Amino acid sequence: MTIQVDPSGLKQTKWHEYALRFVAGGIITVVAGVIARKWGPGIGGLFLAFPAIFPASATLIEKHERQRKQAKGLHGAERGTDAAAIDALGAAMGSVGLVAFAGICWWLIPRYPAPLALGGATVAWLLVAFSVWTIRQRRRRLF
Amino acid sequence: MSDALARFLIGGLVVSAFATVGGLFKPVSFAGLFGAAPSVALATLALAISKDGKGFAGTECRSMMAGAAGLCLYCILVSQLLGRFRLSALTATLSAMPLWFLSAFGLWRIFLR
Repeated sequence: MTIQVDPSGLKQTKWHEYALRFVAGGIITVVAGVIARKWGPGIGGLFLAFPAIFPASATLIEKHERQRKQAKGLHGAERGTDAAAIDALGAAMGSVGLVAFAGICWWLIPRYPAPLALGGATVAWLLVAFSVWTIRQRRRRLF
Repeated sequence: MSDALARFLIGGLVVSAFATVGGLFKPVSFAGLFGAAPSVALATLALAISKDGKGFAGTECRSMMAGAAGLCLYCILVSQLLGRFRLSALTATLSAMPLWFLSAFGLWRIFLR
């Protein structure tokens, strides 16, 4: 399956849905900081991978897919749930990359300047996540 | 107060940026990768390095590995609740939340504490 850039999905997103993501992202960043300050970086670090905006994102994906399919006269509810399930599976693969991001950051941060450490770890996240996704696609084709 | 505001604005911007980039791609499974982007981590770690030092940020990263492994299990459960049990997205994502807490804190306590 080839990867395509399709901006039509962005057009479907309304301004209040962008605002919801912004506010949820802002709140979890503040909360993660407060937790790290109150209970220490050991506990605070856990919340850097907390699925804070996941419920909002999954609900939006379900809603947008349902509306898209219903507009074509198809069974929108079923397709919406399927799309959210596939998106969650994608996020599970992305989480493997997130483990790599955290491990590489742990190693790089004490040794290199912050932009280099964070940039390098972000590239590693993308590479690992993309590799896991590619392996799964190939396995699906074989079996 | 200004620290909290800076965190809120930077966190909101980074999370929105990754969500927007994810929304550009097809198929849905590939776009889903961006649901586990290091958005909150980038915002928090950049601020932690500048304010609290590299040691503090390094400890956060070490714990984050347990949180990310918990996120992986959480996403698999959400996918199953949606795909097999046909729950709504909101119900599935919220009812799976205890698994993240159990696995993240459990892994941290067993391997990283």
